[in-house]
Amino acid sequence: MAGNKIKTSFSEKIFDSTNTLFMIIFCMTTLYPFVYLLSMSLASANVPLTQLYLIPPEISFESYKRVFSSNYIASGFLVTIYKTILGTLLSVLFTFTLAYPLSRKYFPNRGFWTALVVFTMFFSGGLIPNYLLVRNLGLMNSINALVLPNLVNAFYMTIVRNYMMSLPDSLEESAKIDGANDIRILVSIILPICKPIIATIALWIAVWHWNEWFQCLLYITDPSKQVLQVIMRRVVMEGTQQVMDLSGQSEVEAAAVTTEGVKAATIMVTTIPILIVYPFIQKYFVKGIMVGSLKG
Amino acid sequence: MQVVNTKKKLPENTLLTKINYFFREYWKNRYLLLLLLPGIIFFIVFKYIPMYGLQIAFKDYKFLLGIHESPWIGLDTFRKMFAMESFWQVFRNTLVISFYQLVIGFPAPIIFALLLNEVRKMKFKKVVQTISYLPHFVSWVVLGGLFMQFLSPSIGPINILIKALGGQPIYFLADTDWFRTVLVSTEVWKGLGWNSIIYLAALSGIDPALYEAAKIDGAGRFKQVIHVTIPSLIPIITIMIIFATGKVVNDNFDQVFNLYNPAVYSVGDVLSTYTYRRGVVNMEYSFATAVGLFKNVISFGLVVGTNYIARRINDYGLW
Repeated sequence: MAGNKIKTSFSEKIFDSTNTLFMIIFCMTTLYPFVYLLSMSLASANVPLTQLYLIPPEISFESYKRVFSSNYIASGFLVTIYKTILGTLLSVLFTFTLAYPLSRKYFPNRGFWTALVVFTMFFSGGLIPNYLLVRNLGLMNSINALVLPNLVNAFYMTIVRNYMMSLPDSLEESAKIDGANDIRILVSIILPICKPIIATIALWIAVWHWNEWFQCLLYITDPSKQVLQVIMRRVVMEGTQQVMDLSGQSEVEAAAVTTEGVKAATIMVTTIPILIVYPFIQKYFVKGIMVGSLKG
Repeated sequence: MQVVNTKKKLPENTLLTKINYFFREYWKNRYLLLLLLPGIIFFIVFKYIPMYGLQIAFKDYKFLLGIHESPWIGLDTFRKMFAMESFWQVFRNTLVISFYQLVIGFPAPIIFALLLNEVRKMKFKKVVQTISYLPHFVSWVVLGGLFMQFLSPSIGPINILIKALGGQPIYFLADTDWFRTVLVSTEVWKGLGWNSIIYLAALSGIDPALYEAAKIDGAGRFKQVIHVTIPSLIPIITIMIIFATGKVVNDNFDQVFNLYNPAVYSVGDVLSTYTYRRGVVNMEYSFATAVGLFKNVISFGLVVGTNYIARRINDYGLW
């Protein structure tokens, strides 16, 4: 028996170290593509592209200087920030104003209104009818086309509604006796308790807006109104020359960077904001998944 | 006078009192109605009007005539679609890629969660978890650019390694033999950590008393995993696999669109990218709508069907 115990703990030790090793390799596989891109964006033009390195032997910020001097990148940043802030504010506002009445048991035809919203999670008009609608509404080339079609997400609305339904009724009853109307109750009693769920939903929507690019591709043709992600896509797909307008530069300037380096720097610039904030916001996302999975 | 009389006799049967009651209920909740309306108007305009627009799949849509005035042509578009080899090709690609993604991508997060659950050092576990979520926060448009460089035959590290070992470089993103492998492995890479959350939550919810009992019965850590941990995960795994099966026609547009190119259309083009090219690029609005409708109907049927099965098995469904 005693021998058996030692044997088990020995095999356990082997398992534990293999497992730790596996986790370390896993983390490296996850991080390496980003590290690769970062070092490529920082490598000076003298470093041969076909050489493998973790930290480039010669570091230069020329690629980043080139990226930030491009008008398209600057305007892309502004458009993305503007749309993210506007979109998040409006989406949170309308998600909560819709969720509140639907969370009140005494609201007439509550089941019907909820079903009307929830049905859209499972069936939709699809790409072309949506595209034609935005065109017919005259929203083409307008930031509104990036904000309005996604104003309320039925899934997030359901999560907020379930959260509000779990609050005790006594909260609003005392306010009703004091003569407060429903809007007052929502603003001064319900919303303050909902702060954690507001934060979660706002973060979800903000990250979604930051990453959203397809609607911009569909609805925005004016290059000065394009979001960062679409500009980045053009830099990578169509090459740096057309998008960055590097044709006017001198030969010395051109030699300071490589096309691949500028591409890598563009991708990094698009991603860095997310990379910086995600360690802090990921716990809200995880919490949100739990809330959502309790009852969909 | 008469209304009052009937109200006394048969209050629930009179239409007038019903309407009266209906309006009184809404009037009583008028502030709530005011809060409800903007959201409902949004859903009607941006979700239900496009559903109404689906009718152009049965019409010969002309932009100048609009959705309403374009002439009806019945099922002609669908007949044309079903007779097209390119449509079936795309449909097959969608199913094959989804199938691979299900077979490889479904068990991977479960195994990862089981292994992570065995990590004893809490700090290390937290760090691994945080790192594993990272790709989830990065959009496919960024990852598309990233992998285009990472998998490049000339400067990508994988190919540099292959060349250093004396092999021939592989053009992963333009090789029909490799493209599906790239799609499946990058999808698994992106979602592995994030998709494991739900299993990790289930694992942390297991009653410690079960492990105590297993220990008393002489079970080591491996036996505990086999007899306690895995059986406790079965319900959540059942639900997740049912819902994953329900999504087989829902391809990942963002991923495919940002990784594919004409050289790999024959293996990588899926229903949503096909709809985009035929509809938005070629402006074949009726045809693209028909393809989209075909996909939506199958997807809706699968969700309803799988939800029904989930309820029968587990008493737990989406509704």
